[in-house]
Amino acid sequence: MTATPPPLARGLADLVGESHVRTAAAERATYARDGLPIHRRVPGVVVLPGTRDELIAVVRLLAAHGVPFVPRGAGTGLSGGALADERAVLVVLTRLARILRIDPVNRVAVVEPGVVNARLSTAAAPHGLRYAPDPSSQTACTLGGNVAENSGGPHCLKYGVTANHVLALEVVLATGAVVELGSPGGEPWGPDLVGLFVGSEGNFGIATRITVRLQPVPPAVLTLLADFGSVRTAGEAVSAVIASGIVPAALEMMDQSCIRAVEDSVYAAGYPRDAAAVLLVELDGSSEGAVREDAGSVEQLLRAHGARSVRSAADPRERERLWQGRKKAFGALGRLDRDLLVQDAVVPRSTLPDVLETIGRIAATYQLVVSNVFHAGDGNLHPNISFDARVPGLRARVEAASGEIMRACIAAGGTITGEHGIGLDKLGYMPLIFDPDSLAAMRALRRVFDPEERVNPGKVIPVHACREWVGAGTRNAERGTRNESSRLRSDFRVPTSALET
Amino acid sequence: MSLLDRVRALLGSDALLESAGPDGVPRVAPDSPDAVALLLGTAREEGWRVRIEGAGTWMPSDAPCDLALTTRRLDHVPAIEPQDLSATAEAGIGFDLLRHQLADRGVWLAIDPPGLGGRSVGSVIATATAGPLRQGFGPVRDHLLGVTFVTGDGRIVQSGGRVMKNVAGYDLTKLEAGGFGAFGVIVLVHLRLRALPRVDQTLVLEGSRDDLTQVADDIAAAGLTPAALELVSPALARRERWVLAVRVAGSAALVAGDEAGLRAATGGRLTPLRSEEAHLFWTRAAEGIAARPVAFRIGGLPDSSDELLDLLQHQVGDEWIAASPGVGALRWAGETTVDRLRRLRRTLAGLEVPLTLERAPWPVRSAVGHFGAYREGVGPLVAGLRRTFDPGEAFVVAVEGSE
Repeated sequence: MTATPPPLARGLADLVGESHVRTAAAERATYARDGLPIHRRVPGVVVLPGTRDELIAVVRLLAAHGVPFVPRGAGTGLSGGALADERAVLVVLTRLARILRIDPVNRVAVVEPGVVNARLSTAAAPHGLRYAPDPSSQTACTLGGNVAENSGGPHCLKYGVTANHVLALEVVLATGAVVELGSPGGEPWGPDLVGLFVGSEGNFGIATRITVRLQPVPPAVLTLLADFGSVRTAGEAVSAVIASGIVPAALEMMDQSCIRAVEDSVYAAGYPRDAAAVLLVELDGSSEGAVREDAGSVEQLLRAHGARSVRSAADPRERERLWQGRKKAFGALGRLDRDLLVQDAVVPRSTLPDVLETIGRIAATYQLVVSNVFHAGDGNLHPNISFDARVPGLRARVEAASGEIMRACIAAGGTITGEHGIGLDKLGYMPLIFDPDSLAAMRALRRVFDPEERVNPGKVIPVHACREWVGAGTRNAERGTRNESSRLRSDFRVPTSALET
Repeated sequence: MSLLDRVRALLGSDALLESAGPDGVPRVAPDSPDAVALLLGTAREEGWRVRIEGAGTWMPSDAPCDLALTTRRLDHVPAIEPQDLSATAEAGIGFDLLRHQLADRGVWLAIDPPGLGGRSVGSVIATATAGPLRQGFGPVRDHLLGVTFVTGDGRIVQSGGRVMKNVAGYDLTKLEAGGFGAFGVIVLVHLRLRALPRVDQTLVLEGSRDDLTQVADDIAAAGLTPAALELVSPALARRERWVLAVRVAGSAALVAGDEAGLRAATGGRLTPLRSEEAHLFWTRAAEGIAARPVAFRIGGLPDSSDELLDLLQHQVGDEWIAASPGVGALRWAGETTVDRLRRLRRTLAGLEVPLTLERAPWPVRSAVGHFGAYREGVGPLVAGLRRTFDPGEAFVVAVEGSE
């Protein structure tokens, strides 16, 4: 039984066609999770618009009914950010999957939000171009989702994250108003509204058209695999490479648990199983000679900092195999146990050796299997906890360990997410890094775009932790209640804890 | 109690600078973010209008106000972390001073803003005035890991952090970079650094604008991505003819590779400058912009650079221009009128090219506005942002013009 009114579902069907509205419980249940399966919410209705105009019409209908809604791409997110509960409509954007334009001269592409990340690079390849941000899920995740989450990826070390590549957006706000942010050349019309929108986790509206920068495919690429006898020495080698002034295109680390999971899977890449950690280092540039020379310098640094061996991929096929192992590592970790908690945090790079040891101690204390696979060059950690949630008490232990890992990262000068976002999963940690005024400022910013807080409600900002903000949109924030004038007709619940899902 | 007495009581006599602004307005220099917050909270209560100043070398100190808040005593550098390639600096420190402190530690902030070296870091960020290095290292916002700012009603807000990647919460850093102080006073910044390049080489070619534009196109078409690729007008370059300046920086191997690529793409026409010559060239070009009363930037697509240069030449002249054709960015400086600027902005808007007024005397910037000719739906959002972050309209900033 859905809590959204049947007339709304009928109205949606009138706009997008009967076959693109899901109301049956079994159909809706297929959208109950994202890539982080520890959270589950079943949406009231699922609608899949097929064109920009249909999408805008859907949003306007939802505005007219005062119904909250949640935008969703491929559902590969790792923070519970694209989940809707029964009071909300899930707007799935995967049918908006057209690459509208590729301009090779200006190195710009215009796409719809449902275009799969890797598809854009494939389409740009004949022009010698690519779209640089490459999340591990790039063969499935969509560019609209990347914009919402400000997604990263291994090669963001050199080329930057999504925010560095989005030039302009056409956006439909919760009111149904269509807004053009940014310009094709990247200069904003006023304040940097594109920069604000990217990474807003769907709270500011839905991007209907996305203009991104493309980059030349580097003519020369070289990939190194270094293995280490301890995680600490691998971490120290990372710091040495970064401080050297050579900027690798990517610098990734996997610990032994992760290496073995990959090597036991169909994604086996030839990583040494006895290594405590491996580093995957990629260098690229305009000439093979220059890249080889830089690679030689990096190899010397790696060896000087404890690498037991360093080898380079002999050919593109081996390079692809090495990268496939890294990019499919999360999938391979699924072999270790029934459930997997994927974590995401960032620390200053010089603290990596200490933080990795701390994570190891936390794992031992809580008697949990923690596997690390992460963007070492950025200090972006992904400690992943494998467990079986059916074991009584284990989930609580996992959550306690996870919290301790987060606090250790914050204590090291870091933050609670580098690329997965806050979503539902990390709401409870936000007050650990932001004071009540800063949280209130974020909430007030959100209300500039979405005064009723109807888009993706209950995500990102823990309302109870915000201090009152006297400006546009005054409210009783400390008690987490809305002013009567902004009360939504759909009485969704705002969670007050990251674990309350 | 007079405004001066109130300020003394709040912040102590040291905060009230002896030298008032040119217009006789009291100049207040808080020495901490808390002091800035106290001052602005009081300004909100009292209805004072506040002008934000840095070192006073970029934006003219002429906006009408009750007091000028200068960040010049916020000049500390709490942290430089070469191992992490990050630094934390207060907003009032001079850009050159910071650059020297960073260089002493072997690191580099890859921003080369127009203006004098004494410009404050906060000024560079608030106006988002990137220089030629935007070609290779991106706009100003790409160098920010986080900011702390104080809103118009005296709240201290933190955004971002000091790590390389961060998606915790909404990115208010983006609101402050290029916000011209309309949404808060930047008091502290966390910066993304790079290791000092082992080799930093500038190569130049003099010629006609058309010829140099073609050479720039050839470089881009070869897939080369130098640190800077700048087309500089004769007056700005202090040369007889237009100059195309190309800067390559990085490891010795990388620079050698790029130089080989440049030779191939240009037929070896570029001439390398000695280190001191290169320094002088870039410094003169940066300072030349600040020598003119008005400066603005426009951003189009790379293949429109030539057309945009023609348009500028026709409407406002092309004596003082620096263009980055590889990224479609263009900066103009000179003397012009309100009407001409308005007309130019309207024309450019029709081409989907925004014009951002970077500096001008108050009568010009209040009439033209830093921003204008918004695309659909942008105006209400900007107004909402102003109401949210400066609810009492304390900040005297010409966000939009009076047209």
